[in-house]
Amino acid sequence: MQTLKGNSVCNGIACGKIFFINKSSVNIERKPTDDIPKELNRLENAVTKGIDELEELRQKTEKSADADTAGIFDTHILMLSDDDFTNDIKSYITENKVCAEYAVSEISKKYVQLFRNMDNAYLRERSRDVADISERLINILSDTEYNSLTSGNVIIAADDLSPSETAGFDREHVMGFILKGGSATSHTSILAKTMNIPAIINIGDALTPDYDGKTAYIDGSDGKIYIEPDTATTEMLENKRIHEKMRLEELNKLKGKPNITKNSKEIMLFANITTSADVDRIIDNDARGIGLLRSEFLYMDRKTLPSENELFEMYKSIAEKMDCKPVIIRTLDIGADKKTDALDLPYEENPALGWRAIRICLERTDIFETQLRAIYRASAYGNIYIMLPMIISVDEVVRAKEIIKKVCSDLKAENIPFKEIPVGIMIETPAAAIISDKLAKHVDFFSVGTNDLTQYTLAADRQNPHLSKLYTAHHTAILRLIKLAADNIHKEGKWIGICGEAAADNELLKLFIAIGIDEFSVSSGYLLSVKELILNTDLTGYTLPNELNI
Amino acid sequence: MTEFTYAIKDPNGIHARPAGMLVKECAKYNCSITIDGNGKTADAKKIFAVMGLGVRSGDTITLTFDGSDEAEAKAHISEFIGKNL
Repeated sequence: MQTLKGNSVCNGIACGKIFFINKSSVNIERKPTDDIPKELNRLENAVTKGIDELEELRQKTEKSADADTAGIFDTHILMLSDDDFTNDIKSYITENKVCAEYAVSEISKKYVQLFRNMDNAYLRERSRDVADISERLINILSDTEYNSLTSGNVIIAADDLSPSETAGFDREHVMGFILKGGSATSHTSILAKTMNIPAIINIGDALTPDYDGKTAYIDGSDGKIYIEPDTATTEMLENKRIHEKMRLEELNKLKGKPNITKNSKEIMLFANITTSADVDRIIDNDARGIGLLRSEFLYMDRKTLPSENELFEMYKSIAEKMDCKPVIIRTLDIGADKKTDALDLPYEENPALGWRAIRICLERTDIFETQLRAIYRASAYGNIYIMLPMIISVDEVVRAKEIIKKVCSDLKAENIPFKEIPVGIMIETPAAAIISDKLAKHVDFFSVGTNDLTQYTLAADRQNPHLSKLYTAHHTAILRLIKLAADNIHKEGKWIGICGEAAADNELLKLFIAIGIDEFSVSSGYLLSVKELILNTDLTGYTLPNELNI
Repeated sequence: MTEFTYAIKDPNGIHARPAGMLVKECAKYNCSITIDGNGKTADAKKIFAVMGLGVRSGDTITLTFDGSDEAEAKAHISEFIGKNL
């Protein structure tokens, strides 16, 4: 038995055969051949098949709304169709009298090196694309395709995963991911979280292709990987797995119970969603509302802006499915880091501090009005709220509300039914928290976005793995800002929520409840464990740390 | 034969995606199209060659069109480049 260790990005225990992809570190055998025409023919067939596969992947990802990834496949198709590349491989076969696999791997190394030597960082990274198409060719040639995954449960192992690999997985049989490198925001991590399967990243060089085909257990709770575990370890892990299953069953028993603390305070426990497809899952996990509908989803990965009717139909279907429970729609939070082909946004050096969210909406009022009209039309079918993102000033709120007023009077004139909608704002900038006394007079509720509030307050990029130690919502500065906002909105007799995974932290949740947070919104997978924490929260004898008072 | 010059505005230079798009556009025409930039010359219909130029933001490139549909190609490609690079 061997044990490896990395960072876990998704909990759970999984068992399967390790399937090592990106075998770039494996040396392809140099098989000499006398039948050169045969090898050339094999290569040509493999190139044709590779292009077909990529075309299929491109169409698949285009449909599943990931235009960036689809664009990568376009580039890959062009690379495979470029006869500079294929002719180099053919010459290598002819001159050296070797098998096609070996020629591909040698020419690929040459091209990878070519890109690595470029002085443009962006182009240097493209060496990954060359490696990706070469692996595809080699896999086709040697017939070890990704699709052999269907032969049983596997744990995908790799240096790092390319978008084409992640898109091509058969989700039925992939039990987990283990990676040499990677970051919590990489494709794989996001995919693992969406699929809710364990993933361990940053394992380092200890993860070698020698483990290919071996049986392994991965434990997402502590980031450990057990390769060919002995009987005692297997037993331990199986027990742990049963325990987790029991825990899940226990959590399931909480469904339907009111979210009340030991001190009889009722908490609103809502869910974050991106699309109407998430609604069934959150209802099943007992969400009492939607605390954050990330409305930008419908605008991304497409070439034209959604029409009012398209937005209306989506909001209406969500509102109806939620059956009178609150649905808080965050208005378009798009910007330089969340780009869409439908909007011609300029390049920015500093996208997190750039032209995004409400800043775009207040200038492009055409886009904002279309969304607001759709929201108001849908309001007649449920219990909808509006939440404005990235607010830093009272003026922004006033201007947004003027536009809302205009939309309402237009709808009235057109005899289209709608309801009065509460309008709240996100507290995700230090500025908003600091002037929350003023903002509280203009809005119906606050919702704290802990991720951005943390990033902006601590001046720590949340996507930068080097800063992950700095990036913590436990910082006194963050807690003070949240308390300040809570005190100010409560003075007006209104409520405040928090959307983000910070609520799943036992210590923070208790503190948040003591501060007086009324609502929590988390992603589906956290709903029941946060519910359990709320039910167990007992503030008897608990006092807030003194340092939170400014 | 006809040509035009252009200074790259995209801060990343000609990187993978625009390079791919450019190659795709150029491949629609029968005339030969070459790009001169960064001291090198590349066939504009071949992605490795175009990316291999390593053209960066601010660099000037010259595109040369030679063939029966050169005028049409120049008009279309210059518009495309102005929008995307």
